[in-house]
Amino acid sequence: MAGELLLEVENLAVSFRSRGAVADAVSDVSFRLHQGETLAMVGESGSGKSVTSLALMRLLPDAPQCQVRGSVKLRDKTGSGMLDVLALPEPQMQAVRGNNIAMVFQEPMTSLNPVKTIGAQITETIRLHRPMLARAAEDEAVRLLDLVGIPAPRQRLTAYPHQLSGGMRQRAMIAMALSCEPSVLIADEPTTALDVTIQAQILDLLKRLQEQTGMAVIFITHNLGVVAEIADRVMVMYSGRVVEQADVVPLFQQPLMPYTRGLLRSVPRLDLAGRRAGALYAIPGNVPDPRRPPPGCAFHPRCDSFADGRCNVEAPRLDSTADGRQVRCLRWPEFVA
Amino acid sequence: MSSSIFDSSPGDSNPGGDFAAREAAIALPPRNTALRRFCRHRLAMAGAIIIAILVLGSYLGPYLIPYDDTFIDIMQRFAPPFSGAHILGTDELGRDMLARLMMGGRISLAVGFTAMVISMGIGILVGAIAGYYGGIVGAALMRFVDAVLCFPSIFLLLALAALIEPGVASITLLIAATAWMDVARIVEGQIRGLRERDFAVAAEALGASDLRIVFRELVPNAVAPIVVAATLNVAKAILLESYVSYLGYGIQPPTPSWGNMLNNAQIYLTSAPWLAILPGLFITLAVTSFNFLGDGLRDALDPRMENH
Amino acid sequence: MAPYLIRRFGQAVLLLLVVSMIGFAILHLAPGGPMAQYAIGSNMSQEDLDRIAQQLGLDRPLPVQYAEWLWRMLGGDWGTSFRDGQPVLHVIGSHLGATLQLMLTATLLAIFLGCWIGILGAIRRYSVFDYLATIGAMVALSIPTFWFGLVTIFVFSVELGWLPAGNRETVGDGSLLDMLHHLIAPAMVLALVETAIWSRFMRSSMLDVVNQDYIRTARAKGLPRFKVLTRHALRNALLPMITVAGLQMPTLLGGALVTETVFTWPGMGRLFLDSISYRDYPVVMGILMFSAAMVLIGNLLADMLYAVADPRIRLG
Repeated sequence: MAGELLLEVENLAVSFRSRGAVADAVSDVSFRLHQGETLAMVGESGSGKSVTSLALMRLLPDAPQCQVRGSVKLRDKTGSGMLDVLALPEPQMQAVRGNNIAMVFQEPMTSLNPVKTIGAQITETIRLHRPMLARAAEDEAVRLLDLVGIPAPRQRLTAYPHQLSGGMRQRAMIAMALSCEPSVLIADEPTTALDVTIQAQILDLLKRLQEQTGMAVIFITHNLGVVAEIADRVMVMYSGRVVEQADVVPLFQQPLMPYTRGLLRSVPRLDLAGRRAGALYAIPGNVPDPRRPPPGCAFHPRCDSFADGRCNVEAPRLDSTADGRQVRCLRWPEFVA
Repeated sequence: MSSSIFDSSPGDSNPGGDFAAREAAIALPPRNTALRRFCRHRLAMAGAIIIAILVLGSYLGPYLIPYDDTFIDIMQRFAPPFSGAHILGTDELGRDMLARLMMGGRISLAVGFTAMVISMGIGILVGAIAGYYGGIVGAALMRFVDAVLCFPSIFLLLALAALIEPGVASITLLIAATAWMDVARIVEGQIRGLRERDFAVAAEALGASDLRIVFRELVPNAVAPIVVAATLNVAKAILLESYVSYLGYGIQPPTPSWGNMLNNAQIYLTSAPWLAILPGLFITLAVTSFNFLGDGLRDALDPRMENH
Repeated sequence: MAPYLIRRFGQAVLLLLVVSMIGFAILHLAPGGPMAQYAIGSNMSQEDLDRIAQQLGLDRPLPVQYAEWLWRMLGGDWGTSFRDGQPVLHVIGSHLGATLQLMLTATLLAIFLGCWIGILGAIRRYSVFDYLATIGAMVALSIPTFWFGLVTIFVFSVELGWLPAGNRETVGDGSLLDMLHHLIAPAMVLALVETAIWSRFMRSSMLDVVNQDYIRTARAKGLPRFKVLTRHALRNALLPMITVAGLQMPTLLGGALVTETVFTWPGMGRLFLDSISYRDYPVVMGILMFSAAMVLIGNLLADMLYAVADPRIRLG
């Protein structure tokens, strides 16, 4: 990707603290995001992907309950410099949220305020960041609703969220997120709660909008089918760490980390004659408890390439391969061969 | 604004809502939840201990002090507390306050407890029948419950008390008659829910009789909310007794109860305020203890109530 | 919205019918039943009583009597007071104002204090304030209202001499200031339990709301925390409080009865007690039915208000 660098995350770590016990929800996450690029963050529930996105938005609980370390640099929409997100005072951060970096959430039903009209919720965002009269903000809201493909947008302004279908609600959410033309959009499982046909529509919409605006998208999902469709680059997370990062095609062709392999095997594939093998593959076991991570590689208890005496002893580092990929596994060189 | 609130706190049971909780599996409860639990637990323990002390004091205490609760000593009228032989002073007839509080405690606690047992009996019976049979019978019973709940319980209690000869037994019955509806609602809801589940169906298929299904299978499963309701009902019954007795339609003198000891106290508020303050303190202490105990039990028995 | 309200209204009417049956049953449980007026303290012979009973239609089957009684009730004929011969509705009406004044003042006080305590408790959850508010509410719910009234009189009237110990006004004064002066203590006493209830419900409602996804959305928009609170959380958190308000009528009425007794407040609760001691059954029955009707109306009003306030109900 050749675009301008919009977001640079380095060594991001988030830990939650309770009764002296500390749980590392996210550690050592680094990535860069350029204009027009889509980064997919993939992992099971509890892998730290949502916590990472919230850390970027600075929406996690304050210290001492929650500690965020590392650095997050976000390109300033107005100037040309980079904003140090983690160091920004709260009032300035409020000017960044929804303006430079916006977010779309998983549940369009619960993510919109049920007692406010769609119009009120969109114009609120617009007028928060752009000096605009109520009338003009309303027209802008109509334009946005039209942009995201909502029919009869002016009538929808007075509609309440419950009066729209799930897909329409998510479109409205997207319209709201886009209202200030953010340079980075975080979409946290935006299609998970929707029907399959609606999912496809929303994905198309996001792609189209991205082409129009040139924004960068962080797409959080556990669905690799969606990843293949939308992402340029994939970051696989496990137990709060990046375990593999690569462009989407190489990753699908040759996953290096056994966890990624497992994820790929658990995707239903139509080209493999569907019901041939019966049940779909599922990675055995569960995500580890962040308070008591296993020794060595966090994935070793569930790994099919587990090497005793190595994987359960030595914690793997995030290695860079020759072709610019990153992988966190002691045995990855064996898999390349 | 303080920090903590708009942030997701992972301890919350909030299905689908709390992403930090959902995502991070950080399910570490924040320190304060534990503190709160512990604190609640301690308050419940304190409640239980105070109840035990009140019960023991009321039943054994009268044997340990040299005064009789009915002994009138005109020469010792209005002796203030902590000033002479009578530790908690004397009343307008020179009767020892401590002795009267102990005997009054016997009555108030006994009325509260007995009324609870009776009201639980009525409530469980009505609720179980309504919940198990459902349909017209259930609807009719529950509308009856709704209707009785429309009457403020003190009004109903006083109207009924005016119709009868007041006595310990009759007042206990009346209190029970005005305090069973909540239990009926709880039990009805529980049983209606439980009935849908497999095991009741299984028991039905095995040919168990209706009564057997209700009381052997379903009621024990509803036991947690019933225990909580029972504890809170004692508090309610003690309060109700104190109200009617204070208003003169409950336990009749010379039998003392915490409520009727306050009946005359207002007249002497200027000269002998302890007559009013002491019995009320004991009512408050007893009722608070039962309420804290009930609250603690709810926490312990029903984790879903965490948020409240 | 309309079908919902019609259904709720129908339920209320049905409930009122059951309520009236209970009232009728209590009336006939009274010693002498509806004949108590003649049976007590008069020297009529049994023949006289039987004749009166026949004239009053008391020898007819109970369902017929009930239907007639209900019909008269609906027509506003609630009988006459034994004590002063006035129509029952008139007697109740002349005491209603004082009770409503007390209840309304206490409710406003309780809503104001309770909502603030609840909101602060929710926002600073698990803070020292939150603990104290939680424990305080529990204790407030456990204090007998009449005793709290006595303590209030003892402290503010006997010891400090700031507030009058009872009555609605000083005889011969009756200015607005004087009335307000008399209102403070009883309203405070009646508000105690209500404040505790409001603060608990408000806290839990607020906690439900602040953990909702749309609050996070509002934060993600870039709204400051305070505006998230006022613009997004508050309205949603206040919605269920409408229902809570509707459910407070029995507690309020019961509390008013006791408070009025302690403070010799000339309201409906005090009238009820006086009527009981005079064995004035028509008035006792009248107030019992009237208070039940108030409870029902309170619930119904809350439902209607909720339907207006919550856009989600409008779908019907």
